[in-house]
Order: sequence, then C-alpha cells, then structure tokens
Amino acid sequence: MIDFTFTEEQEMFRKAAREFAETQVAPYVAEMEKTAKVPAGLVKALGEAEMMAITIPENYGGLGLGYTARLIALEEISRVSVATAMMLQVFALGIEPIILFGTEEQKQKYLPGLATGERLGTAAVTEATGGSDPTGIRTTYRKDGDDYIVNGRKCFITNAHIADTLTILAKSEDDPKAFCAFIVEKGMEGFRATHEEHKVGMRGCNTGELSFEDLRIPKENLLGEEGKGLKVTMAAIGDVGRGGMVGCALGLQAACLAESVKFANERILYGKPISKLATIQSKIAEMRIDLEAGRLLGYRAAAQHDATGRASNEFAVAKYFTTEAAQKAAKIAVDIHGGYGCMEEYAVSKYLRDAAVVGPSAGTSEIMKVIIARWTLG
Amino acid sequence: MMNIVVCVKAVPDPKMADKIKIDPVTKTLVRENIDLVINPLDRNALEAALQLKKTNGAHITVLSMGPPMAGNIVKECLALGADTGILLSDRAFGGADAYATAYTLAKGIEKIGAFDVVFCGMASSDGATEWVGPQVATFLRIPVVTMVHELIEDEGADWLVRAAWEEGYRKVAIRLPALFTVARDLNQPKNLSFSGILKARKKEITSWSIDDLGVSPDSVGCKGSPTIVGDFGTLETGRSVEFLEGTAEEKAERLVQILTDSGAIA
Ligand SMILES: Cc1cc2nc3c(=O)[nH]c(=O)nc-3n(C[C@H](O)[C@H](O)[C@H](O)COP(=O)(O)OP(=O)(O)OC[C@H]3O[C@@H](n4cnc5c(N)ncnc54)[C@H](O)[C@@H]3O)c2cc1C
Repeated sequence: MIDFTFTEEQEMFRKAAREFAETQVAPYVAEMEKTAKVPAGLVKALGEAEMMAITIPENYGGLGLGYTARLIALEEISRVSVATAMMLQVFALGIEPIILFGTEEQKQKYLPGLATGERLGTAAVTEATGGSDPTGIRTTYRKDGDDYIVNGRKCFITNAHIADTLTILAKSEDDPKAFCAFIVEKGMEGFRATHEEHKVGMRGCNTGELSFEDLRIPKENLLGEEGKGLKVTMAAIGDVGRGGMVGCALGLQAACLAESVKFANERILYGKPISKLATIQSKIAEMRIDLEAGRLLGYRAAAQHDATGRASNEFAVAKYFTTEAAQKAAKIAVDIHGGYGCMEEYAVSKYLRDAAVVGPSAGTSEIMKVIIARWTLG
Repeated sequence: MMNIVVCVKAVPDPKMADKIKIDPVTKTLVRENIDLVINPLDRNALEAALQLKKTNGAHITVLSMGPPMAGNIVKECLALGADTGILLSDRAFGGADAYATAYTLAKGIEKIGAFDVVFCGMASSDGATEWVGPQVATFLRIPVVTMVHELIEDEGADWLVRAAWEEGYRKVAIRLPALFTVARDLNQPKNLSFSGILKARKKEITSWSIDDLGVSPDSVGCKGSPTIVGDFGTLETGRSVEFLEGTAEEKAERLVQILTDSGAIA
C-alpha cells in the first residue's frame, strides 16, 4: 500500500521551517530585492536554524535527516524567498560531494563547520565553455609533486563570493577524459571570486565568477579518485542539485497560488470578486493541479532517495515538471493581477522574475529531457 | 531542581480566523478543517519555563486538556524543549467552560504531584476569558499573579515579578509555589527547531482519562460547566462613503453631526 501522508514528525518539520521562513527570512526579502546582496544576518539565521545541517550525518555535527526533510525545508523557505532557498540548496550541493566521496579526514575537517553555517559551501562546475556539457570545461589541473596546480575560470556559480569551502571540477592538462574534483578553500593563494552577476530574479542570492591562477591544491583536497572527478560532481548535482531545485520551484508555485487566491478574492469587478469568474477559476485550478502533481513527483523522488539512496532520474522528472510549472504559475499569477501584476509593489512581479531563474540551475529542461529519454530508452 | 508545569491549549490557528465558524445550535466553534496550534500566549508561558531551565535547571511538564489531536501540540512543546507531556483526554472532558477546564487542569497538576511554579498564558486566543489561570490557582489553593510582564527575581522560593493591571504596573513579591499567567512581552518565544523535533522522539506523552484523575463526571466537561451561552451574533464590518456638499459651514456642520452620531466626539 502506498502511503502518501507525511508523518507527524515531517509535519512538525514543515511547521518549524515555515515559522523560520516567516519570522527570520521574510524580514530580509525587501532588502535583498533592493540591494541584491546576501544579508549577513540571514546567513547567520540559516545556520542557527540548523538549515545547513539537515543532510549532514549526525557524527559530523549534522542532523542526519534525508531528502524529504530537506525538500520540506526548501519548499517552505522558497515560498517566502526563492533566493534564500537557492542559496541554501547550493550550500548542500557543495556539502554533498564531501559526504559521498570525502575521506574520513576531509569529513571531519569540513563537515562540522559546514553544518553550523560557520563555513559556507558551493559547487563550481559551469564555465563559459561548458554548462550543459561539463566535459567542455577548460579549467585544468596538472600534478606538481604531491600537489595539483589548477588554472581556469568558472561562471554562474551560486554563493561564489560567500563560500568558504568549494567543490570544483577541473580537467587534466594531458588527458581530456580525466577530471578531478577538489576541495578549494577561500583564502588559498591563486583563488579569487571575481565578477558578480546581476540576475533578473532571485536577487539577494549571490551568483558570480571564480578565477584560479596557478592555484596550488594539496593532494589531501582531492575528492574521490584522481581522474574520476566528473562522477563526484555529477552524483551531487543529480540528486541534491535537482532535488533542491524542486524545492525552490515548489515553494514558488505555492507562493504564486497563494497570492493569486488572495487577489482573486479581494479584487471586485462587476460587483463581485473576480474569483467568481469561470476563467479565473480555471487558472486557479490549473495552478493547483500543477502544484499537487509537482509535490507528488518531488516528494516521491525524495522518499525514494531516503529509502534507496538513489533517485536521480525521478528527480529529473520532478525538476523538469516543477520548474516548468513554476514559470507557468508565475505567468498566470501575474495575469490574474492584471495591471497590478506589472507593479513592483505586488509580490507576483517578483515571482515572475524569480521564475525566469529557476530553469537552468542543475540542468536545463532540455537536459532533463535528455536524461529522462536515456532512462526510458535505455 | 525546580518543577515547572506549563498549561497549554490547542487553539484553532489564529491565522485562519476568517475560516472559523460558530455552530448556531451548540454555540461552539466548528473546528473541522482548521489547523490546531499552541495558543500563542502559552508559547510565552513555555518560553518562560525554558529560560528558567536554561539558567537554573528545571523539569518542565506540559499539561493540556483536549481531544486526542491536541497530542500534536503537546509533542510540539516537547520539541520546543519541555521534558514531559501530559494530555488530559476523555470524552467526558468535552464541552468544558473555563471553570470545568480549570478544575480538570488542577486535578491533573495534583496528580503530577510536586511542583514549584505553574505558568499559563494570560488568555487563549479562542476563548479569551483570562479566567483559567486564576481558577486553577484557586483550585490548587496557591497564590496567582496575572498578566506577568517580567520576572525580576526568579531564583529561590521568593520571586519578584512585574505585572500589568488596569492602570499601569505592579510589582509583586510572591512565595512559591505559585501560578503566573504571562503576557506577550514577557519574552520572545523561540522557533521550533529540527534538532528539537528529533530530541522529542525520545520523549513520552502520557494520556490521562477521567478514571486516571478520579473525578466525578458531573464536575468536568459540559456537565461541570456552569456557563450558559446566551444569544450571539456576528458583527458586520464595512465601509461607507459620503461626499459632503454645500458651503464650508454646511459641510462642517454635517461633519460634526456624523462624528457625533458615530460616537467619535461627544
Ligand atoms: C541562477 C543560476 C545559478 C547557478 N549556479 C551554479 C552553481 O552553483 N554551480 C555551477 O556549476 N553552475 C551553476 N549554474 C550554471 C548552470 O548549471 C548552467 O547554466 C546550466 O547547466 C546550463 O548551462 P549553460 O548556461 O552553459 O547553457 P548551455 O549549456 O549553453 O545551453 C544553451 C541551450 O542549449 C540547450 N542544450 C544544451 N545541450 C543540449 C542537448 N544535449 N539537447 C538539447 N538542448 C541542449 C540548453 O537547454 C539551452 O537551452 C547556475 C546557473 C544559474 C542560472
């Protein structure tokens, strides 16, 4: 028998995350929109609320909870601030490779600080020459005694300017098929966060470029096997990355629906609220159908991951569906608001901009289809 | 170590206030489809206990009377840091007014046994009588201070608290055991945390029925409630607009008239 209900404990996680989002995140939203900067107080609050600790095992200072608990937290935070959920989702993207492939020493060194939020994480794969195709990257490594020397640039990296511990991917200077994943620490000589992007949405979530100039990385910072680095980063992106984007998208869908319902009940035309108009009802129903379907796909994948440790294909389906649905929901929400939807005073105008940004991260919709087709066709 | 009892009530989520309806026949709240939450002021009561526990050490027992569903609220209190949870739940307790509720809670506290302090919220968001706390204290024959805004001295058995009353504040010196009903600005309740929820896995909730309390069915629930709800109505609120016409004097006269009629000026 399939049980579609959340446990009492999971319901409490949702309550905790919602309380956190409404009391600790919401006060920063306006400032983030205006300055596009990451508020230090917000990062501190995320740490204190143990939001970075959720998926880190207990013996490394984490809570040892799985993907369902994480998805609940991300959905609730994203309802209030997609930018904050995105930031949090990519912290985990930086943490997961260490959990999955780190040596005991690496885990002990990095995970406790990452769990409290004292250290912030990210994963840096994308480059100008390789996004959808990560093998196209041009950042290279070569061996120098026990160390590796890395040169290159990364772009579109979430948390680029605030991360202390970064998982990066580089290609061998000699063998185009050999990749290494490394743990890079802020402050290492030759490492710099450079250009800061100005995104149309998710303002207040930092995105930027990284530069590695003769960056010397000791062999203790190699993640996984030498030459097998692609597997390290892709494993994290497949589950944590896609799963995280599902959380961002679901929260955005829910927010679009909630604002639309509120507006439709308050806006009076022809002597009655527009929620009495059949076309408006149809739009609301469409958003609800997508939200219900998205939740089923997302939480199914998360529950499967909790049970079996694998759900990257299921997350690809959920990621495709929910990020597309979030964009659709934002468009409908703005439409329902009429002219008001074009004004910045109305939250839905921000949702539309945020929706424009949920697509590419952790793989575009086209790439999700490529993955789903490969899964299906074998 | 100090033993603290915190009385908490499960109330319909105040955020869903616009969806709450009153059954015209039973004259009670229709609670279906409304989420139950911890009465907001009871969170301040629990927070007061948690802060004492942090500074001086204490054992906190949370006590609630309500349907089995209210167990969730007790669990939440355990997740917030309380040590033990007790739910007084029995069909016979249903339909209780403030008096019968206070009696039942007092019997629960007597059964818990040793206690130094009882904290209650000053009022519940759905009933809002402010009576339950003082009545519990009366049944227990202990002193009570209502509307506590500050615990000035809370070490040992002699406490000094600042509490509101009609025309300002009073400072009250009081010897424990005692009951305090707390106001909102006593403290800022902490949020529920994921690790607190995990810690609550190991904490038990005990459920006590009418037999466990050994009280007569006539003294609890609907039967033990002397309150009779008379007529009630729904307040309609709305806005209206009137454009004043005529000369400045006529308009001023009309304005004074409107303000007088509405009671805004005498
Ligand atoms: C807000 C944001 C945050 C990000 N954060 C990070 C981060 O923290 N770390 C990181 O490493 N990266 C990050 N990225 C980068 C992200 O992973 C890439 O943008 C994404 O993988 C797409 O790569 P691209 O931008 O180079 O687009 P391209 O790969 O150039 O894609 C261009 C177009 O071609 C399509 N396309 C490509 N390949 C195929 C194919 N095989 N079949 C059909 N169509 C195809 C794409 O779908 C797209 O429509 C972030 C991006 C954004 C927008």
